[in-house]
Amino acid sequence: MDIPYTVEPRPETGLNNAKLGIWLFLASEVLLFGALFSTYIFLRTGTPVWPPDGTPPLNIPLGMINTFVLIASSVTMVLAWATLQLNNFRDFKRYLALTVLLSLVFMVIKAFEYQGKLGHGVYPSTNTFMAIYFTLTGLHGLHVLGGVAVMIYFLGPGKKMWQSEPKRFAGRIEVTGLYWHFVDLVWIFLFPVLYLLP
Amino acid sequence: MAEHAEDVRHHIRIYLRIFISLFALTIVTVGAAFIELQLALAIALGLLIACVKASLVGLFFMHLVSEKKMIYITLMLAFAFFFVLMLIPMLMQADSYGVIIDVP
Repeated sequence: MDIPYTVEPRPETGLNNAKLGIWLFLASEVLLFGALFSTYIFLRTGTPVWPPDGTPPLNIPLGMINTFVLIASSVTMVLAWATLQLNNFRDFKRYLALTVLLSLVFMVIKAFEYQGKLGHGVYPSTNTFMAIYFTLTGLHGLHVLGGVAVMIYFLGPGKKMWQSEPKRFAGRIEVTGLYWHFVDLVWIFLFPVLYLLP
Repeated sequence: MAEHAEDVRHHIRIYLRIFISLFALTIVTVGAAFIELQLALAIALGLLIACVKASLVGLFFMHLVSEKKMIYITLMLAFAFFFVLMLIPMLMQADSYGVIIDVP
């Protein structure tokens, strides 16, 4: 049985179901991260001294490099989608592979940062700042890993669809891209909030 | 098809310009953090730059500059609730003005 409206727009919404689906998911993600940002404001306004005593400084240069890395990965993602629009499958694969590579660089840098904290006895239980720092960046990191898994799938077994249903495949890449840009967008707020405005 | 390809190439040029803008704004936001500003002003400036960057990503990379109505409705609903979420801790703070709440 064919799934309806995977490529053709549905008349009621003007969108194919995959695209409406990802936007509904992203709307729920806005609120998931929104709840944690709300928690951050609550903790911050409820503490006389922010960040609380004993908070080690975060590594601003590493945070900034990671911002550059994630922005670059967003650009390679959108270029992957654009080259697919030009029917250039070879360049598409290159850009998608580059996106995966940049995401992994992001995670490695993040791992070094975590190591710098955990290795020096700074844990989420240390104080409220570290608790919200680990929660927000940890959840964001899980989102990065989720995106990497999907991209690797499209570089591997998932790429077969380009031969059989190219439009549907392009739609899948667009949806993956929308998710990935959202992950970048969350980091755009996390970086100043956690690193620059303590 | 030729027209379509030309459109895509035009978009690619826009993406690269946005890339440079995002890079530049990141440097600006880090630079601004090192200026001695009043805390409220520093927070406002940091969030303003983040909002500009987020808008660039949303409008151009996520193509919100030309999307269908249904997506705008979905997002407006999400942002209405997002606003409420941000308001809750602020109202709580305003409610206990002058009282020190000590979260350990």
